[in-house]
Amino acid sequence: MGKTIAEKIFSTHCKKDVYANDLVIAEIDYIMAHDGNGPLAIDIFRKMGGEKVFDPGKVAFVLDHYVPSPNENVTRIHDTIRNFAKEHNCQLYEVGEGICHQIMMEKGNIQPGGLIVGSDSHTCTYGALNAFGTGTGSTDFAAAMLTGKLWFKVPETVLINLSGKPVPGVYAKDVILYIASLVKADGATYQAMEFTGDYVTAMNMDGRFTFSNMAVEMGAKAGLFEFDDYTRDWFERHGINLENEPVKSDGDAGYSLMIQVNAGEVVPMIAKPHTVDNVSPITDVLDTPINQAYLGTCTNGRFSDLEIAHRILKGKKIHKNTRMFVAPASRKVYLEAIKVGIIEDMVEAGAIIIPPGCGCCVGACNGIPGDGEKVISTANRNFKGRMGNSKAEIYLASPATVAASALFGRITDPRTLL
Amino acid sequence: MKGRVHKLGDDINTDYIIAGKNKRDTYDPQVIAKHLFEDLDPTLYPRIKKGDIIVAGKNFGCGSSREAAPSVIQAAGISAIIAKSFGRIFFRNAINIGLPVLECDTSGIEDGDELEVDFSKGVIINHRKRTTLPAKKPPQAILSIFREGGLVNYLRNHKQFEFELE
Repeated sequence: MGKTIAEKIFSTHCKKDVYANDLVIAEIDYIMAHDGNGPLAIDIFRKMGGEKVFDPGKVAFVLDHYVPSPNENVTRIHDTIRNFAKEHNCQLYEVGEGICHQIMMEKGNIQPGGLIVGSDSHTCTYGALNAFGTGTGSTDFAAAMLTGKLWFKVPETVLINLSGKPVPGVYAKDVILYIASLVKADGATYQAMEFTGDYVTAMNMDGRFTFSNMAVEMGAKAGLFEFDDYTRDWFERHGINLENEPVKSDGDAGYSLMIQVNAGEVVPMIAKPHTVDNVSPITDVLDTPINQAYLGTCTNGRFSDLEIAHRILKGKKIHKNTRMFVAPASRKVYLEAIKVGIIEDMVEAGAIIIPPGCGCCVGACNGIPGDGEKVISTANRNFKGRMGNSKAEIYLASPATVAASALFGRITDPRTLL
Repeated sequence: MKGRVHKLGDDINTDYIIAGKNKRDTYDPQVIAKHLFEDLDPTLYPRIKKGDIIVAGKNFGCGSSREAAPSVIQAAGISAIIAKSFGRIFFRNAINIGLPVLECDTSGIEDGDELEVDFSKGVIINHRKRTTLPAKKPPQAILSIFREGGLVNYLRNHKQFEFELE
């Protein structure tokens, strides 16, 4: 019987033929923890009796959640990570390098066909590079750091087949929000997702990262893409050598569910407070006043995202009642945006640039909204309290919609600005 | 284990269990337990007594990978969580720290019911309603971890994953 991408990746990592619902102990290619969950993992590693990590070359720590440190407690937590990384000779990506997932990919730690675990639910972002990335907690991370292995249930796969051509003003974020409205917040729980179809093969890599990133918002363990010329080009542009054979699903692979979507018919979409699957076309919420706009995160903080927002903001002024924060996903993205003048134009327009990292997405620093305020954000979650204030409301949208809404101080359809 | 039910709804995410801002400065669950479910229902934490059981709808613990979520629930004295389904990372985290989590149709369970839970057999008795509810029996891998009180003890004792896979 044919295999899905997930079944093939687990088969190679436990060295036998396995299929959906099999329990396996698999070898991990790379593990990553950030400052949100890393210190607890270090503590647990020691409690497990850990003296040495299984392979220092396959373990990375990233300081991205609370950067720069807002107080002495966080600095102490950062120091715990710094000291451990030094002691065990693991890779450390310091404050200001960027968001863990972007860094892991840019630095060449992710190979197609690989199995990666990270102490962050959005580790599924690596699916765009044809790798099975999945989130774990601190204890699983510590176990992986100690043994190089973890137990898994091989997931079933939901196949999303997208037809249609891209429409001006409608972006990957709109399409994945539309998919979330169909699948719902738990529709892919315990399963992997595979994205395929004509629309997908024409998608650029940044759009694919947005798709894979949001897979967990439907409960999925991974959001997988096949490897193609776009993927190859991405590796070449980042100077990363391919060390693994890419993985393709078989024609007769078994799927738990197949969903057909005509992406050409999708309009700009908004996820309304307080759940990611509470999605409607932008026309339902037009003119909602906006106090804070946020462009960034592991969902939409990459160069193309900044470029799209820049086209809307350039030469204009952000509305006086709205503050706009921009956090490039990494130092590399930040530098590229500086070199082509995107950052200068955004600052001229009134945007506030915050350091590469998770910014205000997780509500711990860098721009907490006020009581009763409405926020429009390119992030992946709009739960009550997510951005640090349960009395604020969060709307999720594409970078274009966020930029257009910042300009007018109210939710604005970016198609009117094309 | 036996306990009184606190009934919650669907899609209770890890931000509602413990907000990011409250877990920023420390990872000691005892210190931050008072913030449990703060943004969902601030009156809930003071009502929790040792041994109580959380019963929820679908997708309990969806969202972030933060292990603080089950750790804080455990630190607050909750003895088990029963839900129609769980966010998968939360489910693993709970097992890893030795907090029993069971999947079962929870529609008939109400706030204040008295439950008796046999985790390894996957059986739940509702004493107030005099009903027995079948839950999904945990696989051997999970029971192996659970029997030793969680993954820390398991790996301290075994050094490697050695359990039977079914």
